[in-house]
Formats: sequence, structure tokens, C-alpha cells
Amino acid sequence: MIDILQILISESFWAASLRISTPLIFGVLGALLCEKSGILNLGIEGIFVAGAMSGWLAVWLGAGLIGGVIVAGLTGAFFGLIHAILTVPLGLSQHVSGLGVTLFSTSLSYFIYRTALPNVSSPPRIEPFRPIDIPFISDIPFLGEILGQQTAMTWLALIMVFIVWFVLYKTPLGIAIQAVGDNPNSVDAQGLSVYGLRIGSVVAGSALMGIGGAFLTMSAFDAFFFGMVNGRGWVCIALVIFASWKPGKALLGAVLFGAFDALQVRLQTEVGAFVPGQIFLMAPYVLSIFALMVAARKADYPRALLTPWFKGER
Amino acid sequence: MNLLAQSNQMSAQKVLSLRSLSKKFGSVVANDDVSLDLHVGEILSLLGENGAGKTTLMNMLFGHYLPDEGEILITNKNNQMEPLRLGQPQAAILAGIGMVHQHFTLAENLTVFENITIGVESLWALKTNKKKAQKKIENIIERSGLVVALDEPVGRLSVGERQRVEILKALYRDARVLVLDEPTAVLTPKEADVLFDNVKAMTDNGLSVIFISHKLREVLEFSDRIVILRHGQKVGEMLTKDADEKSIAKMMVGESTPISKRVEIQVGKPLLSLENISMKGSSRRNRLVDISLKVHEHEILGIAGVSGNGQSTLAELISGLQKPDQGEVVLGTSKVKKLTPKVVVKAGIGRIPEDRHKDGIVGNMTVAENIILESLSEKSIQRFGFLNRASINSIARDLCSSYDVRGPGIHAHARLLSGGNIQKMILARVFSGNPKIILANQPTRGLDMGAASEVERRLLEARRNGSGILLISEDLDEILRLSDRVLVIHSGVLTEIENLDREQIGLMMAGETL
Amino acid sequence: MIRIENRNASSRLFKFSIPIISAVVSLILAAIPLAFAGANIGEAYLVMIKGVFGSVFALSEMLTRATPLIFTGLAAAVAFRARLWNIGAEGQLYLGAMAAVSIGTGVLDISGFLLLPIIITFGCLAGALGMVVPMALKTRFGADEVVTTLLLNFIILIFLQMMLEGPLKDPMGLGWPQSAPILDQGMLPTLLTRMRVHSGLIIGLVLAVILQIFINRSIWGFKLRAVGENISAARHAGIGVNKSLLGVAICSGALAGLAGVSEVIGLKGYLTADLSPGFGYTGIVVAMLAGLSPIGVIAAALFIASVFVGADSMSRAMGVSSYLADLIVAMSLICVLIGGFVSNYKLTFTKQKKVTFK
Repeated sequence: MIDILQILISESFWAASLRISTPLIFGVLGALLCEKSGILNLGIEGIFVAGAMSGWLAVWLGAGLIGGVIVAGLTGAFFGLIHAILTVPLGLSQHVSGLGVTLFSTSLSYFIYRTALPNVSSPPRIEPFRPIDIPFISDIPFLGEILGQQTAMTWLALIMVFIVWFVLYKTPLGIAIQAVGDNPNSVDAQGLSVYGLRIGSVVAGSALMGIGGAFLTMSAFDAFFFGMVNGRGWVCIALVIFASWKPGKALLGAVLFGAFDALQVRLQTEVGAFVPGQIFLMAPYVLSIFALMVAARKADYPRALLTPWFKGER
Repeated sequence: MNLLAQSNQMSAQKVLSLRSLSKKFGSVVANDDVSLDLHVGEILSLLGENGAGKTTLMNMLFGHYLPDEGEILITNKNNQMEPLRLGQPQAAILAGIGMVHQHFTLAENLTVFENITIGVESLWALKTNKKKAQKKIENIIERSGLVVALDEPVGRLSVGERQRVEILKALYRDARVLVLDEPTAVLTPKEADVLFDNVKAMTDNGLSVIFISHKLREVLEFSDRIVILRHGQKVGEMLTKDADEKSIAKMMVGESTPISKRVEIQVGKPLLSLENISMKGSSRRNRLVDISLKVHEHEILGIAGVSGNGQSTLAELISGLQKPDQGEVVLGTSKVKKLTPKVVVKAGIGRIPEDRHKDGIVGNMTVAENIILESLSEKSIQRFGFLNRASINSIARDLCSSYDVRGPGIHAHARLLSGGNIQKMILARVFSGNPKIILANQPTRGLDMGAASEVERRLLEARRNGSGILLISEDLDEILRLSDRVLVIHSGVLTEIENLDREQIGLMMAGETL
Repeated sequence: MIRIENRNASSRLFKFSIPIISAVVSLILAAIPLAFAGANIGEAYLVMIKGVFGSVFALSEMLTRATPLIFTGLAAAVAFRARLWNIGAEGQLYLGAMAAVSIGTGVLDISGFLLLPIIITFGCLAGALGMVVPMALKTRFGADEVVTTLLLNFIILIFLQMMLEGPLKDPMGLGWPQSAPILDQGMLPTLLTRMRVHSGLIIGLVLAVILQIFINRSIWGFKLRAVGENISAARHAGIGVNKSLLGVAICSGALAGLAGVSEVIGLKGYLTADLSPGFGYTGIVVAMLAGLSPIGVIAAALFIASVFVGADSMSRAMGVSSYLADLIVAMSLICVLIGGFVSNYKLTFTKQKKVTFK
């Protein structure tokens, strides 16, 4: 027991938690943005893969790390656009379209990777993001230590939390997005384009998802492995509900989840002899299901979520 | 209407001119060569029964629909008439047209202020200029008398307050022409009076109003001029002071439809009793507070009231969709332990739902399948767990013919039928079971007069045959026409009325106790 | 001016041709990635076709590959028809497989007449069990079954690894994480000598026909369709919606479990963690291509199995990544979605007449 407490107050533990939670932060923010406008985007799992692969490949081909992040974002936006067109103006099943995008983006990414780098014994590596040491910040006790171990992408994630919050709650665009997810007619009657707002939100949210995927290959690790996303996208979908579609709570949920993941890794080394390692591997998914259990009933779903809206149908 | 406005109107300039507007949806003609003019400071009523094309016409004005033919002229800043860009709400709003839709276009998760200001500032702006906007809105509230709290989330507002927000939205955008689509459908008689007073004050200040309604009485009380539509065409136009009720009614409907006549019958034994029922509803007003009622054989018990006062909760209770927190439901003489839709169907309670598309029909199943939707456990339609197609088809054909359900046939998807035919199909389903108890929830809403009178006729017939009917309706005239007894519901409380006096009922609908 | 208009009734022929057109279009679109990989497109197509239809062996391989897809396709079709989003077929498949090797590797040493049906029954039950938790969470907590079934897949897979390294591990094996072999009498007979295609295929075909009849003609099927099309109206009409959905869930889970059983006792003979290369997820595409009709599932499963087997053989011959198959399958899903839209709506072009007044 004392060991767990010691773990929980150590800076290295929370640094690891924040690091692990970074792709989730991007993913939950991205899903939040899509769903706030009324569209469920189950393409997130595949977009993570596509962002991971395309970002890594861009760096491998010489684009530089920032170029890689941009490519990952554009890749996410591209697949998001496909989903947006299928679900917004065409009004097709958001579940099936999302799953289709996941299948499409995953298989396309795997195909391109295999074709570009055939028959390699171990996946080639790139030079990933290194932790940034910002002078003033690192001097803050406890928090400084944690933040000082983070790479630029984690900083980007934290900044995005603020940006998404600001846009949604403090700008006319964000207010319009909130409105279109509650009652598309409210926005249509004011002369704004429901289609435009929804497509834009989905594309922007998907870009964030793409960047989240790129974190895996450009920051957490330095190579692309098949199956590396491993359900993180679905975890984000559960976490969005848990976060009540609020950016602040999204950050909290993602970090808590990262902490749990970091904890189970450390617990494994402690208790590994007695408990099979797989129990710990299961923990993140079980936790996500548990989070859904807790949050789903009283969740403040965007009222227009999953309901297609067609122009001129009155 | 005051004399000042009247004389102003005589010499008043035209502010809006609709010329030869036509619109077709597939093979259905919604509007056929309709023209009308609106003058400054005038209140023009667009009158017609459900389905006459009033809303479609206004939707073309507001840019939701693109007309097939015709044009619209509106005065610009220099007081000259110029053509309006059609098919774009943004253009209509910029030209000074504001519309309060029949079904509110509000985002419940946002505040009043946010709802009013959506779309005014550029979407690319980084900040909202809150102070300036707030000041402008407060000025408008003062001038117009439409009081509402700016920081309140719309989800918490009453219906009357929400309507005020809708009007404020239009005024905030400097609307010079305001279209009100059936504004009193959701208001108590008193709230309607307040609305009319506020609107008249605004027209005295130069606002021009088009007021859509199917209620003859309101139109005669409230407007300066009347335009009548029927089957998409303009069939009459006159100054209100020159109008007479009888001829207008005839223009609205064409040949006169028989009005249902209720004959006095001795009521029988109680069929359904609700005793001290209390339930939480979807909102505070929608709950039920210690209500009791009894429906007898040969009786129509009318529940009058504006929507949102507990009617939907009452309907869900009787349909078995929600359990009461307290109280008993008694069928005949036996208390019912647990009421589920299945039990309700078995007990022979027929229900005509309020929202026929959501609760009444499965749009993508055939008419025949919809007709037997509640009869799945009957021996006549199945054989060893399998559907007896032949039997089902013949039942459907017979019922469609007796109930005059018209459409592309019993094997067509139900959603393809018109509203009136869908309702007739639902009637066929409900009445073919010879239900002892009938729950009719807004049964004539959205129907044209022919279909509406058919519904009423069936209800009266069922009453004659011994059924007990619980009629929930916002249409006070309908309640008064059909009911033997009337209860008024307000904020979940039922009050019985002794004499069926319209004004009294109106006050009670608003919550005034006598 | 372009307008989107509701098609009032699309002919059955039209609806029927959408999946076929989607399949063809996705095959044609495969030319793009083929070109990207630098392969000779014509040759690639030829090799793919030969890889499926070129010999009896090739055909048998294709049918073998189609068998589990029929089961998972049926699982998805039945569930989706009721608008129950069971994405957990992958996990339920493994539950069925685990049940098969628990029962069929020696615990019950009885004759095949008894053993086979017992294995199959247990496999179905195990698969159905996989839907219990998601359904409970849905009814009690309102938790969307999409996410819960998805997450459960990962949990079951990890559980599988745990079992294969523990209780289910083959004591006679060389230490690999694999199960003991199924007893001889517990194996499904093959259909052709020296070919891998087995009677699981027959079971699948029969089930497809039975389900087609049940969904379209039985009361159970009627309720399923009503719930899927408009759950509010179904509930209002007295249809026991929760009971109906539970029945659908059990049926769907059982079918997915059967996929696992069939692979173990029909093809492989033992269980490893890589038994399924995503059959559960592919089943969803099969169901969509089939228009959610059980009979259609047969055709769709055959098509997708052909794509996989053909691409496999082309991959070996020409060095193009076999992920091309997954790509074609994913594209066909998107095409079918778009096709569904086209069959319900049409684009109309109207000229806007201008009337000018002097």
C-alpha cells in the first residue's frame, strides 16, 4: 500500500501519466468537437492509425517533425472529410460510415506503409520529439518537473485544450457549433449553414485525431508498428461521454486514464508474480467501460447527436 | 386596431410585394400563382386551413424554399422596391425580414443572449462584442415589452418566454417585416392577448406583420387585412372590417363540411379511473400533481390546456410508457398493478398518439404491416408464429376501404401517405379493435378540415357505441364541441369546469383559479 | 439548380444492383493502389481471378474463407436490422472458439453424434454470453452498445491469451500458446477429399436460409424489423422492445460464436490467438454489402472471401502487399453506403423560370 502512495506522489509517475494521456487528449478533443456539432465519428480508431503512419512517413521522407505533425493533421482532416460528406449532406448512418472510415484509413495506411517499406525485419526508426526544457516552467516545484519531461506534442495538446475551450465558449463560431448540435434549425433560421458548421467541426476534430495518432510514432515511440493504436480510439469515444463534452473535463479524464495506465505498468512489476500480466493489460478497457457505466445515464448528450438534418425539409 | 394606424395604413406605402409565387413538391402543388402586398405598419393575416400552403409561402419569403416561379420585392434603405434574393435566409434577414417559426428554432443549451446573437457577428470574429449587443437588446426589450432574462438558458424558459426570444431574435436584426407562424398555438388565451398587444405596439412604430393562422376568430380580432389561401391558391382578400365570418369560413374550406353534432347520451359505468396520480414529467410543468379522473361509457372527457402542462405525461401514463410515482390506475373495477403498452393493448385501450410519425407509424414498413402493428398476438394474423400474409392483406384492404385511407396501396411504405391518410390509417388500427377506452391525443392536429371532421365523427360514433374517450386537445373549440365534461390541466393540476364557458376555461388554462 | 429529392419507391431491381455495382466499383478502384505499388494492373487482376477460380483447390480455399464470414455476416445483419450495433463479433467469435476447445479436446470422450452438437451448442452459448454484459449495461445504464462491444473485443482477446498460456494450454505441445487439438470425432467432416472446405459451410448456408425466412415471415422477425425501423412506435404499439433486443443480441452473439466454433472444429483443429484475421469486423462489411438480408450475406461473403483469397495469391506472385484486400473491402463498404443514398434519393435538375414585371 505504501508503495502505491509513493508512486502516486512521485513526479516521474505523473510525467508518465501525462505522456501516456497525450494521444487521448487529442482524441477526446477531436471526438468532442465532432459530437458537439451533432456527428458521432467512429472513424477515430482508423484516423489514429492514419495519423501515426502518415506523420511518421513524412518525417522518414525528410519533412521534419513539424512537417510530420502537419501531414498527420491533414491526413486526419482528409478522412474526416469523407465521414463528414457521408453523414452531413448525405445523412447516412453515422455508425456505419465511421466504421467504414476506420476500415478504410487503417487498410490504406497499412498498405501504403508496406508498399513503401517492403520486407523490413524490424520497423525503421526516426528521430522523434525530445522533451523540452522551458527555463521558467521547469523551476516550478513538482509541476515543473512533470512538465519538463514532456515533448512539444504534449505541450501542443495542452494548448489545444485551451484553444478548443476558447473557441467553443467565447467565439461566435463556437456558439454556433454548440447551437447546431442542439437544434440545427436554430442556426439555419439565422442564415448560417448547418452543413458548413458540421462539416467544419468534423474535419477540424478529425485533424486533431490525426495529430493524436502521430504522437505515438513521433514522440512516444519512434517507429510505426501494426496494431499500435490498439483500441485507444474507442477509449476516447467512451471518455468523451465521461467528460460531458467539456474540454476541461476531457483533459481531466484523459490524464486520469493515463495515470491508471501508468499505475498498472508499475503495479505489474510489484505484483507480477502473483497476478497474470494480462489482467493489467485489460484494465484500461475495463476502466473505459466503467466510465461509460457511470456517465452514460445522466450524460448531457448534444440533443441533435446522431440525427441527420436535411436542408429544406420542413 | 386604432384609428391612427388605420389612417396611416390607407396612405401607407407598400413594404413588401409577393408576385406570382408558385412551388411544387414532386407532384404536390403547395402554392399556385400567389400574389400579395404588405403595407408599412399593417397586420396582414394569412388565413387557411391546415395544408393550404400558408407556411410554404412564408418559407419562400424567408428563403428556406426556392420558388419555382415568381419574385418578391421589398423596400430597401432608400424606400425603393427592389427584388429580394430568393432561397437564402441570410439575404432575407439582411433585407429586414424576420420569421417566428411554428416550431421554435432555439438552442436549449444556450442562453437567451446567445440565441439572439447567433449568426449576427462574423463566424471568424475572435471575440463577441457583448456589451454593445446587450445594450441593443435591452433597448428592444424596453420598447417592445417582451420581457425575458438574458442569461437564462433557453431550456429553462416557458413556452411564452421562448416565443418572446424568437421575436427578439427578429427585432435584433432590425426586422421591418415580421412573420408569425401560428403564434397562438402554444399560448393560453391570456398570453395570446399579451402577444397581440405587444405586436400592435410595434406596428404603431412602423413594423409590418404577416400573421399566419387557421383560427378564424383570432384573425378577425387582430388583423387589418385578410388574405385567404385554399389548396395553395389565393381565394380571397379583404379588409378585416369588411369581413364576415360566414363567407370567410366558406372561402377557407370550399364546400361546407359537416360539423360534428354531439347528442346527449346517458353515461354508463366507469371504464377508467385515475386516482391521486402524481408523476414527474420531462420538466417541472410537465408533471402530474395528485390528479384524479374517471371516464365512463358513452362519454367523452375533454382535457383542455396548452401543451406542456402535463398532457404528454398523462398520455404516457395511460399508454403504459411511464409508471406513476404515486396513485392507482383502475380499469373497470380492478386496480392495475403494472401498466405496460402490451397490457394497455390487451385491455382494449385504443390510443391515437400526439406525434404520429414518432409513435404512431413505422414509416419504412408497409401500410398493411402498420395496420396490424398492435395485433401481433391475435390468432387471425398468425399461424404457428408466422405471419399469415393472406389474412393480413385482406384485413388491411378492408380497413383501408372503410376508413378511406388513400395512397399508393397497402404494400407501400407508410411514410409515403399524407398526414390525413396516416391519421385515418391509425384510426383504422385503433377502431377496428372496438376499444372500450380511447385515448385521443391532439387527434386533429395538422389535419385539414375534411380529415379533422372525419376523426371527430369516428370519436362521436365510438361514444354512441359505448366507448369512453379521453380527449386531449389544445383546440378549445374542438373540446367544447365534443366533450361531455371538461377538465382543464395546468402545471400538472386538473380542475373540473362546471359550465363550459370559453372565457373561464381560457383563464384556467393560464392558471388562474376562480 | 440541383435539388435532392426523396425517391418515393425504388424498384427492387435497383436496390438489388447497388451492392453488385459497389463490389464492381471497389474492384475497379483497386487499380489505383495497384498502380501505386508499381504492379502491372492487368496481370494483377488476372492472377487474382486465377487465384480464386483457377482450380478446384482455389475455389475450395475461397469457400473455406467464406465460411466464417457467413456466420459473422449473419451476426451483424441480424443485429443491425434491429439497429443493435453489435461490433463485438470478433470477441464473441473467440468466446465460441474457447468453448469449443474447452469441451472438445478430451473432457467429454463420447461419440461424434453427441459430441458435435454439444460443442456447437456450447459455442453458441459462449458467443451469446458475450452480449450479456453490453446488453445489461445498455438497459441499466443507457451505455451505447457500440463502445462496450468494441472494448469487450480487446478484453476478450487478452483473456484468450491468458487462457492459452494457462488452463487451455496444450500439455503435449511444445510450449507454444496453443490449445490441445479437438478430438477426431469432434471435427466437422470436410466436403471434398483432400480439400479444406468443410461442412461448416453447409451449416452457414442453412442458417442463412432459416434466418431469411424467420426475419421476413415470422412474428419474431416482424418485431425485430419494427424495433429497428422505429423503436418508439414499436414500444407504443405494445411490442416488448427490450425483450426483442435481447433476443436479437443473443442470436447475434451465438452466430458470431459459431464462426469461432466452425473455424476450430472445421478447419484448424486447435485454437491459437491468431485464429481470426478480423472476421468479426469484416462481417460488418459483409452484412452491409448484403443489404442486411441473410440470403444476401451468402453472396457478399463469397465476394469478400474471393477478394481476400485472390489478393493473397496475387500478393505471393507479384509482391503487392496483401493489405490490398482490406483496402478493397473497405472501399466496397463506402461504395455501398453511397449507393444506399442513391437508391433513396435522386438529384433533380430544374431550370428556374424568371418572371419579370414592368
